[in-house]
Amino acid sequence: MSRIDFDVAHLLAGSLVLISFLELYQDRLYSLLNVYAAHALVLAASVAWQAFVQDAPHLYVTAAIALLFKAIVIPVALHRIIARLGIHREIENVVGVGLAMLAGMGLVALSMVVMLRVTHGADPLAREDLAFALSVVLLGLLMMVTRRNAVSQVVGFMSLENGLVLAATGAKGMPLVVEISVAFSILIAFIVIGIFLFRIRERFDTVDVQALDRYRGEQR
Amino acid sequence: MMTFDALTGVLLVPLAAAALLAMLPGYRVSARLNVVATTLTLVCAASLFFKRPQPGPYLLVDDLNATFIVLTTFVGFTTSIFSASYIGHELAIGRLTPPFVRFYHAMYQVLMFAMNLALVANNIGLMWVAIELATLTTVLMVGIYRTHEALEAAWKYFILGSVGIALALFGTVLVYMAARPVVGEGLDAMVWTVLVKRAGAFDPALLDVAFVFLLLGYGTKVGLAPLHAWLPDAHAEGPTPISAVLSGLLLNVALYALLRFKMLLAANAAALAPGPLMVTLGLVSLLFAAFMLYRRRDIKRMFAYSSIEHMGIITFAFGMGGPLANFAGLLHMTMHSLTKSAIFFAVGHIAQAKGTQRIADMGGLTETHPLLGWGLILGVVAIAGLPPLGIFMSEFLVVSSTFARAPLLAIILVAGLLVGLAGLFLRLNSIAFGEPRGPVGKPTASYAPMFAHLAIVLAAGVYMPPALVGWFQNIAGLLG
Repeated sequence: MSRIDFDVAHLLAGSLVLISFLELYQDRLYSLLNVYAAHALVLAASVAWQAFVQDAPHLYVTAAIALLFKAIVIPVALHRIIARLGIHREIENVVGVGLAMLAGMGLVALSMVVMLRVTHGADPLAREDLAFALSVVLLGLLMMVTRRNAVSQVVGFMSLENGLVLAATGAKGMPLVVEISVAFSILIAFIVIGIFLFRIRERFDTVDVQALDRYRGEQR
Repeated sequence: MMTFDALTGVLLVPLAAAALLAMLPGYRVSARLNVVATTLTLVCAASLFFKRPQPGPYLLVDDLNATFIVLTTFVGFTTSIFSASYIGHELAIGRLTPPFVRFYHAMYQVLMFAMNLALVANNIGLMWVAIELATLTTVLMVGIYRTHEALEAAWKYFILGSVGIALALFGTVLVYMAARPVVGEGLDAMVWTVLVKRAGAFDPALLDVAFVFLLLGYGTKVGLAPLHAWLPDAHAEGPTPISAVLSGLLLNVALYALLRFKMLLAANAAALAPGPLMVTLGLVSLLFAAFMLYRRRDIKRMFAYSSIEHMGIITFAFGMGGPLANFAGLLHMTMHSLTKSAIFFAVGHIAQAKGTQRIADMGGLTETHPLLGWGLILGVVAIAGLPPLGIFMSEFLVVSSTFARAPLLAIILVAGLLVGLAGLFLRLNSIAFGEPRGPVGKPTASYAPMFAHLAIVLAAGVYMPPALVGWFQNIAGLLG
């Protein structure tokens, strides 16, 4: 593998982690969605680059799915849902931005330490990719626990899935089954989520998950 | 695939039935078709005992998963009978409308397909896809009543289940990474039979990390504490047949995935021993759930916590490992599936007769509904682990094998079991005996599935045929 191949792949995967950090401190839903679209865009570029470097044409399909579906269709659809529900200002963080960023840095350090230590045998690109992918996954998780709003939790989940796609494409020669299934599962997941959001709206007049807690079975 | 064999049958029958049921409008026809389809699947599954195809790159049938498949299809079959009368009642009182019932029946078969696929998958990627499909299907079914509680339960289940599934996928990618240098790129590096043969040469550090992710990921689906938060809500708010299938089957399927990866780690001498991790999670779940049993006010929620407790015991047993503990774990899993689904059959009809799931509104069931009341008592006696029923025997084996090897752990285990037992009986007393309370409706009950399950559990507790013992011993040996 030539030097430049490695550098570009490294750059793209690193940007993905950076954008995950950007997502962490967005305090309005529209801007959060825009950042998520950028996240998916970088993912698409990264996957396409892997397809080129590994000479694996089937990865272009994954890249195309990431580009069309995750970077365009989903953000647009979520924009519309938000507009229809009139909730574009409602982001409530459970913890402050500073604390979330600190926790995020800790998680990235953790994933570097864990993944770089255990992957001595693998080739350098795969190692770096896995470490970055784990960071993205953990940052997505962090976002899901620090947000109360259902839409931003969904965005957190989707960026977590982006991390998984990064991991799967970084693992050289992994059978196509998995990529397609990941993309497919996102599709299904999105449909499910969409239905849920509408139903939640129908029933509660808010998408703040905390409002759901009132209906817990234990408090009857 | 070429000719029709039993393996294709196990997968294709539910799939075809799902397509058909999605198009059929009438409730009566679809409920019957649902039963017919599960019967056919059960017949196909049972024939796997006698004749099984060679393992391919995607599908595999061996002694271990043949047992799981037969258990799954059997409980799927009895639940479909229970479901016919249960859903009929829901339709009659207007809790479900015909379009939802149609959707429900189609989803039931998709769920059966997904679980069977997860069990026969020889490819760790395919197994992951199947478990993801099963999760999505059950999410949709849990939310089917569209009440506040049902939506909250489904949302919670969806989010936690997806996170679990995502972690499991990361673990799966890591297993592939570990296998790639040894097996080579491509399909073979995800085929379980290939992996387990050559696991000795894999990078142990990578395998360790992979297993931690898989344990957290699939462990969420097993309902192990502290990853269990979705389970009580999902059980309590969905239709009761789904509670029965969730508790009796889906938790097992996730556990089965864990066992496969445990076998992979066991094949590599330098990798970490998965046992202690599973033992810890199992004990934590058991203790946590046992104490949580006390303050339950909702009857389905209570039995959901009891499921967490028992999954804890099973995980503990498999974590201890060795022929005896594995044998006990397998037996306990089988007995728990049968008993817990029988309890949910009873609870479903009781809740319909009473028009509520609140324990406070139930009382004197043995007087007002003798068959349901005594059925429930029998089920709870079984699930609490009293002799002479099957769960007593499996719990006894778990405890005695632990005492021989780690007395301290056994003391914690016994303490948890006793706390759980007391909690269950405290509630049972007020539900089954005393002055009748609350409304007295007449349920359109089907008692056969419930008593069939309980009869098997009783029979297994009194006398286990040597052939069955030999079969379980054989699998326990495979699990290592």
